[in-house]
Parts: sequence; C-alpha cells; structure tokens
Amino acid sequence: MNDIKELFETLNPAFNGALRLSDDGQSVYAPPESIPEVLALLKDQHEYVMLADLSAVEYEDRFEVVYHVMKLTDAGVIRIKAALPRENPSLPSVTSVWKAADVQEREAFDLMGINFRGHPDLRRILCPDGFTGHPLRKSFSIKPVNRF
Amino acid sequence: MTMESDNLITQEFNLNMGPYHPSTHGVFRAVLTLDGEVIVRQKNVLGYLHRGMEKIAESKTYNQFIPYTARLDYLASALNNMGYVQTVEKLAAIEVPERAEHLRVIVAELQRIASHLLMVGSTANDMGAMTAIVYYMTLREKVLDLLEMITGARLTNNYMRIGGVIDDLPDEFYDKFKELRKFLPERLDMVNTLIVGNEIFASRLKGIGVITAEMALDYGVTGPNLRAAGVDFDLRKKDPCSVYDRFDFEVPVLKNGDAFDRFLIRGLEMRQSLRIVEQAVEALPEGPIMAKVPRQLKPPAGEVFHKIEGARGVLAFHLVSDGGPKPYRLHIHGPSFVNIEIMPAISPGLMLQDFLAAFATIDVDMGEVDR
Repeated sequence: MNDIKELFETLNPAFNGALRLSDDGQSVYAPPESIPEVLALLKDQHEYVMLADLSAVEYEDRFEVVYHVMKLTDAGVIRIKAALPRENPSLPSVTSVWKAADVQEREAFDLMGINFRGHPDLRRILCPDGFTGHPLRKSFSIKPVNRF
Repeated sequence: MTMESDNLITQEFNLNMGPYHPSTHGVFRAVLTLDGEVIVRQKNVLGYLHRGMEKIAESKTYNQFIPYTARLDYLASALNNMGYVQTVEKLAAIEVPERAEHLRVIVAELQRIASHLLMVGSTANDMGAMTAIVYYMTLREKVLDLLEMITGARLTNNYMRIGGVIDDLPDEFYDKFKELRKFLPERLDMVNTLIVGNEIFASRLKGIGVITAEMALDYGVTGPNLRAAGVDFDLRKKDPCSVYDRFDFEVPVLKNGDAFDRFLIRGLEMRQSLRIVEQAVEALPEGPIMAKVPRQLKPPAGEVFHKIEGARGVLAFHLVSDGGPKPYRLHIHGPSFVNIEIMPAISPGLMLQDFLAAFATIDVDMGEVDR
C-alpha cells in the first residue's frame, strides 16, 4: 500500500475533493454514493482489475464497508472504505463493476445487515432463509439457547 | 427406435444436485434446471457448513484461533494456518526467525501437494477412472505421512504459531523425504500415461466448462483456475510472503481454461512445489524456530490485510484490532467461496455429466466456502 497517497492525489480532483485519506494513511474513504464510480475508475484506468476482498466492519458509531482492490502486475492492494450510518446502512452495489462482488455483497448483507442497492439478487447466503438477525453484529449474542 | 426430434415437446425440470452427493465434495447443493440432459440454469445453495468462524474469532485470543483456521480449508490446513499467523505477525510487527520461515515453506508446499493430489484423484474418480484415484491416494498418503511426522496430524494440523513454528523437523524426515522426492515424479508420470494420455478420459474433460481470462477476472477466480486460463498470476512470485523469493521455481500457465487444463495444471504445480521443498530442506539455516512473543499478545490498534497463495487461490485475511487481546473483527476471504460462483455462468449448455467434470476441476472446498 505504498502508492496510496499518490493515487489519492490523482483521484481526488475527479470527485471534487470528496475523498478523504484515513488517519493512519492506509485507506481512502469515499462517499458511499460514489463507491461504484471510484472502483470503476480504479479498475479501468489504474490497473486495479481484481476485487480481492469485500468486508464490513461494525464500529460504535458507524458501519464500514471495506473494499480491497488488487493489481495483477505486482499484486499491489488499495483499501477503499465507505462509512455508513448505524441506522439502515445502505450503499450502491458494485456488481456492475465486478461479478465477483455478487456473493461477497450477499455475505455482507447476510452477516452484517448492509443493504446493497441495485444488487440483482440480494438474499441470505450462509444463514438459512428464515433466519432473523445478522450474526456478525456485536449485539448478536452467541450464547446457547435455553431449550428446556 | 426412431424419434422425430422436431415434434418432441420437452419440459424443463429442476434437479437438486446435493447437498449429499459424492461429486459435490462436501455439502453443497446446486439446483439445476434441466431440459432433458442439458443444463439450462444453475442456482447455488450454500451455507450447510457455516460454523460462524468469523464470529468465533471475536471471542478467542489471537493464539486460540490458530486451530480453527485449520478447519477452514481442511484439505490445505497448513496454508490457512500460515495465512492467519502471518496476518497477526504483520499487525504486531513480529519478526520470524529464518529457520521457522523455511520450515513453514516446507510444510506449506507439502500441504499444497497433498491438496492437489486429492483434487486430481477425485476428479479422475468422478470421471470413472477408478484405478487412478487409488494411485493418487496412496501417493497422497505418503505426503500426509511426512506432514504427520512434522506436525503431528494428517489433516487438521496445527503447526504454525504466531512468531514461528511449534517444533523442528524430526531426524527421520530427511530419509523419508528422499524417498518421496524420487517416488512422486515417477508415480505422477506413471498415472499420467494411464489417464491423461487416455483418449476417453481426455475427451471427457477437453473443451468442458471453459473459463476465459476476462471471465476469471470478472468473477474473481484465482489460483490454478486462473493460471489455467492463461493469466500468469501467482502470489508466491508477484508478492512473495515468507522466504518464497529465495527459491527457484516456475509458475505453470496454460491457455485453454477448460476442465482438462485445470486438471493438468495441478500436476505441473505439484512438481514445482516439490522443487521448492527440496530447496528449502537444503537451505535450512540453523537457529531458533520461535521469535520472542509475549504470552498475552496484544497487537496495536489498527487494521491489516494479508494475502497468500492458497491451494485454491488467493486466501486473504482482513484483521481489525482495537488493541485488546482478541481480534475486533476478522474477515476471511476464502478463494473457493468466490470460485464456486462461476459455476452458474459456465454450466448452461453443459450435459449433466459434464457439469461434474467442470465442477470437480474448479476444486472447491466447502469448509472454505461456508466458513
């Protein structure tokens, strides 16, 4: 992640300065609404042709959806983040950029309860269809149920 | 009996392939919509093996979670161990001793050979080559014997530790490895003449389930499947973790991307892995096998992303720490989880039997898909 500052400088004007470098200088925050555009730009013009990982993290005051995009030439990885409010976290889907996002967005929806707008088939993937709750949220308890 | 096919009215019907079917290599269900014997649509149903690994990680200390990683991809446990401990080491900035790095490479590459041997064996079995699987399995057992000798377990070994490895090579290892070094290429050549040169076997796989390079990148397919499609991408070369950059080996790349190439590339990769192990055993430096790591490990707050070349593709870990003794969030990116989703794209138009060929050669491990 050496060239993230450089890349941030070149990307930022295209989005009217809406991007923000994180405090540790290792990730770029993008406004949730422009995530597909940012990733498409990275894919088409900056050689980051592969979605290496998509995950979601819960914090006390927000949710973060974290995208890791990877180059094929030197396997360099850039971390792009979108911060979402705790109430009804939702952002546009990136399935139009990579088909690989399909299952990974479904996973984040299932386990963390993030709503990806425009996803072709957003339903649970790992938990059963009738399941309630989102297991990876901190409020979800994994204590055994008292059956008797 | 003659039939006028133009006048024949056929009706589509659904067939559940799995969850318990020998060719799905685990509990996976594919809902196939068939027109006669030809597949029209496929829908994947996952989650039968979902154990909530990521949630478990949040309630275990960093060291306690190592044995769980062996249960992710249970056919390549050592590689999962390695990916996880390296992620934590990267976060906590722990320097691993040279000897430990070499031992890790030895175990990881032996594990890769064992994993690929199971894949070629079970593919041959699915195609009806019942003799071949016996040869491959005896060969795999010899590799597993070596792994058992080093790590103490055949399958779910728990050898890597944060900061090094748990034990040194036993003295008997060197002789046993010498045997394998001679035996493995010979036996692979022999089975190759049995099945790869066999016209019937080859025509079952050739041209089936073609994944082009563009498709592979779009769907996020990595590992041997990507290299069989003609993309030269191996993290051991592109971004070497551990001491992979010191060894001389080649990355086999094929171009057709069909089931046959995916089958062949595993054979080629095993020989390269054996070369790496040979060099690592020869270059094994003296010294400690564990770094000095505090018993109660508390990495600094922050986050880290680490990826290694697993047996099935890019295995990545995204770890967030809040400075406490347990991970705040651990996301595991299993290559099979992404690879399996290319099946609905390549299966339409295939016959039911060819679906087995395409699926077997993608080589998914359900433990890694469902986590």
